[in-house]
Amino acid sequence: MPSLGADMKAGTLVAWRVKPGDRVKRGDIIAEVETEKGLVEVEVFEEGVVDQIFVQPGEKVPVETVLAMIRPEGMPAVSAPAEVPQAAVKEHVPAEAGPEVKPGLEVSHLPGQPPQRRIRVSPLARKLAAELGIDLSTVQGTGPMGAIERADVERAAAKRLAEKAPTPSVSEKPGPPTMEKPAVTEFQIGMRRAIAAAMSRSNREIPHYYLETRIDMSRALRWLEAENQRRSIKERLLPAVLLIKAVARALGEVPELNGYWIDDRLQPQEAIHIGFAISLRQGGLVVPAIHHVDLKSLDELMEALRDLITRVRAGRLRSPEMTDATITITNLGDLGVEKVFGVIYPPQVALVGFGKITEQPWAENGMIGIRPVLTATLAADHRATDGHQGGRFLEALNRHLQEAAKL
Amino acid sequence: MTEAQIKETIFKVLGRIAPEAQLDKLAPNDNLRETLDIDSFDYLQFLIGLNEELGVEIPEADYGQLTTLADLIRYLSARVR
Repeated sequence: MPSLGADMKAGTLVAWRVKPGDRVKRGDIIAEVETEKGLVEVEVFEEGVVDQIFVQPGEKVPVETVLAMIRPEGMPAVSAPAEVPQAAVKEHVPAEAGPEVKPGLEVSHLPGQPPQRRIRVSPLARKLAAELGIDLSTVQGTGPMGAIERADVERAAAKRLAEKAPTPSVSEKPGPPTMEKPAVTEFQIGMRRAIAAAMSRSNREIPHYYLETRIDMSRALRWLEAENQRRSIKERLLPAVLLIKAVARALGEVPELNGYWIDDRLQPQEAIHIGFAISLRQGGLVVPAIHHVDLKSLDELMEALRDLITRVRAGRLRSPEMTDATITITNLGDLGVEKVFGVIYPPQVALVGFGKITEQPWAENGMIGIRPVLTATLAADHRATDGHQGGRFLEALNRHLQEAAKL
Repeated sequence: MTEAQIKETIFKVLGRIAPEAQLDKLAPNDNLRETLDIDSFDYLQFLIGLNEELGVEIPEADYGQLTTLADLIRYLSARVR
């Protein structure tokens, strides 16, 4: 069970996408795991053949539990795992093959098991179904690609109710608002707990320093307006895309802010994977990474953002997205706030905050005018960098936003 | 297309974006984005959905006129064929 985010302690294996004998390569999605942050698709980092599966769908196991064994191509299949030299067997979790694995016990019910029918289902629907005792395999999904959504579970529950007790002709639709609430609450408790754990750790361990700068957005917005005028509604860009790209550009100049603080030292990362905080409608937030932002065009970034937000809100994220961000952006520009002082997500060493773009008096060249102004803040880890580097970063960010056409 | 049909389409698209919202409680002059907590990404998705359903292209310059349900119905009624 991979750790799919700071302070995750356990996860429930929801479904396997592979079965013993399947060939897998790096990057394949092999399983789905339910965490406090929703459903996550687990990628594999090995190449080879799935040898054995140890954890069955529905089982909740601690982080670092071995889920399956993958043997390199060409190695003979493991008939009796105990006899195989350890080196011959690779498991896809980076952690050690811990003592909790007892292959001898599990092996009996593994081979020849019929592959699980894959059910697409939103985390909320799954929670609700568990709570109402609805068997998901009996529910007809109406979401994207037949995914089961909350409404489908509610419908199934209503149908069951109707079947059990002949419905009085008055109400055809027994709307179950009382059933909906506990499911949401339980989900929220888990998420609040995960956020609390990560943020407590951050405030406990990281000596934060904060910087802020005001950025004149008139040039960037004028450029964006002209650009969007030429585009159909589906191709339009949001201002957030410019901000994300400008952060990546500025990180290119101040790479010390892009990385991790691990083992008492800064480990700058070459790839720029920007975690983008996305709030969930039912409360809480997730911060999946947009990969290689520096290498993406604005159009590609908009597409990546669209894909990510859609999947976050449908509760479908992939494991690397949850864990490999090298810096985080929190964009509160949709709310009324002007500036945000963020809490760094460990082990990252910086967080960039954007507030709302508001019209403000602006002095330039001895003249006062009204400009759309964005307040950008930086929360950074003082163990890794100092205000000098932080200031250079914000200055570079400003400079790149003055030349939006080059982003 | 009648105003009632347009309203129905608006609710259909909104329902995909804010499935938990009680749309029948929405007053004609409520600020849509504030009342339903719709961020700029979802707002764009909403307009794209309307474009797909009704074929009305909404220029970015017009976004400012479209804050309430009444605004939207008026705007779309004038443009839908």
